[in-house]
Amino acid sequence: MMERLTGAERQIALIICVVMAIVGLVMAAAGHGDPMGSHGAIVLIAAGITTFFVLRAIGEPEPAEDRTVDYYDDPTKAGLVIALFWAVVGMGMGVWVAAQLAWPDLRIDAAWSSFGRIRPVHTSGVIFGFGGNALIATSYHVMQRTSRARLAGHVSPWFVLLGFNLFCIIAASGYLMGVTQSKEYAEPEWYADIWLVIVWVVYFVLYIRTLARRNEPHIYVANWYYLAFILVVAILHIVNNLAVPASLTGAKSYSAFAGVQDAMTQWWYGHNAVAFFLTAGFLGMLYYFLPKRAERPIYSYRLSILSFWGIVFFYIWAGSHHLHYTALPQWVQTLGMTFSVMLLVPSWASAGNALMTLNGAWHKVRDDATLRFMMVAAVFYGLSTFEGSFMAVRAVNSLSHYTDWTVGHVHAGAMGWVALITFGSIYSVVPLLWKRETMYSWKLVEWHFWLALAGTVIYVFAMWNSGIIQGLMWRTYTDSGTLAYSFTDTLVAMHPYYVARACGGALFLTGAILAAYNVYMTIRHAPEKRPERDYPTSSEAVEPAVPAAE
Amino acid sequence: MDLTHDLTSVIAKSFGLFYLIALSVGITVYAYWPSLGKRFDKAANSILDDEDGPCR
Ligand code: HEM
Ligand code: HEM
Repeated sequence: MMERLTGAERQIALIICVVMAIVGLVMAAAGHGDPMGSHGAIVLIAAGITTFFVLRAIGEPEPAEDRTVDYYDDPTKAGLVIALFWAVVGMGMGVWVAAQLAWPDLRIDAAWSSFGRIRPVHTSGVIFGFGGNALIATSYHVMQRTSRARLAGHVSPWFVLLGFNLFCIIAASGYLMGVTQSKEYAEPEWYADIWLVIVWVVYFVLYIRTLARRNEPHIYVANWYYLAFILVVAILHIVNNLAVPASLTGAKSYSAFAGVQDAMTQWWYGHNAVAFFLTAGFLGMLYYFLPKRAERPIYSYRLSILSFWGIVFFYIWAGSHHLHYTALPQWVQTLGMTFSVMLLVPSWASAGNALMTLNGAWHKVRDDATLRFMMVAAVFYGLSTFEGSFMAVRAVNSLSHYTDWTVGHVHAGAMGWVALITFGSIYSVVPLLWKRETMYSWKLVEWHFWLALAGTVIYVFAMWNSGIIQGLMWRTYTDSGTLAYSFTDTLVAMHPYYVARACGGALFLTGAILAAYNVYMTIRHAPEKRPERDYPTSSEAVEPAVPAAE
Repeated sequence: MDLTHDLTSVIAKSFGLFYLIALSVGITVYAYWPSLGKRFDKAANSILDDEDGPCR
């Protein structure tokens, strides 16, 4: 793939690799004896592998293609394959975590395999590894098509994609070694955080520069969502990770905030990670791939603008609903609660807009599992946002907080919404990018759909039951005013649901494995499709680059 | 100056209130501005056929 870079671009890539190798070496030497040293070695190896690929291409002749006639899809393709890899790893870890809760012996007696270490491997693996890569890859696709412009740059998309994955690997390997700054979804330590800032700024600049090249008067709404995702995640990440390293040669750092301020900053971050990572970016996917697949324009474009600004301005204030009944001042809790309830309006506007788009195309939804993925995702989006607004009410939260109800809500959103919309988008974009007629096997897509749906429903129902039982047992008093149940009693009551959850998760994981296999086989074996439009072979070609139909 | 509850609630009830109202009015006006309708329709339809390569 590096052969498609020009000589000058290959040189820039090589320089970046060398700089990375030096950074890795310095980290390995300075952090010797500390996890930071191992991370230095990982950086060094990653730089070495990339250097190998760049060097292999460096002597090749200059690329012959005319860059003005085609989109640049190589980084998108790589990103999608990497996303599927992380899906299998991250969800595999999820099943293991779930199994540990049901059968604690599966913890096997190592430090790295303890619950507290593999749980963040699951959460970061699915959110950042699977979700993040899918977002980056589809954003490259969408920004080019909606702007009718090629990516602004050929090295920077690779830098963003590979740099982001280096961050993911450092994060996951760090957890296994016990590195954490104990902030949920922001566990990686200071050097990984700094690296992510660099990657993210390049990503933002790339996006803006591509939009600046656009050939459409109006920026299609999907881009707004992707941009909000990139911009707000940058702000959240920088503020929440403000910390002072204990030493420059070690991983440990101390947060710049303390006490309840620290908690508020963390959950301002945490909730907006949900809002802008797990929601805004994936809404960008929804607004592009769902109309595209249904071959119908979005039901109301105006509504999509209103809900965009509603989501952006309400979500920012909602974080304090994670801290009900804590040392946080009551009025801040009330503020978060109010905005959470108001959030239902733009959230349902988006879900409704998606479903109304399908109104009149239900036969397509019935016949096409890919579109069905997206339809069900919109339904789960509506469901989980309704549930979230409900749980944010202080009285409801007094029952749900700390229980499995929260975990059920999380996975209704994460599996039902995030993962399903991603799989739907992957299935619709893979044949297009690799110029295939269809996916290798539509039957496998159909199987995946039902496995994923069954897995999600089993998971979510198990957690609702378990969570509510758990919450009620915790608050049941005897006549003499003591607690009626011991903590162990609640664990015994939850056990069957934990078994069910592990089974549901296994179904979901099986579906993800089928997806990875199906995509692999599509790339390898599906029959090629001659594109309907003219692909001029060089700029000298005289045919105009318009579709044959026009 | 301390960031007290009183101060914050004064800011929220004055500036905060009006900027959110102004924002929502502004956005609604933008979304429903009649002459923009065609542009929005065009944008909504433009994605249905966009595989014919970039213009630049
Ligand atoms: C194969 C499917 C999956 C299984 C079996 C699974 C399992 C689990 C388990 C056992 C936990 C820990 C719950 C606890 O501590 O009590 C968890 C947490 C979590 N998972 Fe998953 N998961 C799956 C898919 C996903 C996906 C696709 C996502 C995101 C896109 C996701 C995001 C999360 C998050 C954010 C948490 C933390 C929840 C919290 O702190 O409340 N999971 N998962
Ligand atoms: C209107 C939209 C939403 C609102 C108002 C909302 C509200 C809430 C509330 C009240 C909690 C429980 C806080 C606690 O008791 O600790 C929560 C937890 C959570 N929600 Fe949502 N939610 C919404 C949408 C979503 C969506 C769409 C997703 C996922 C894609 C999601 C992911 C999560 C996660 C990951 C947590 C667990 C955080 C943790 O404790 O680790 N939420 N949400």
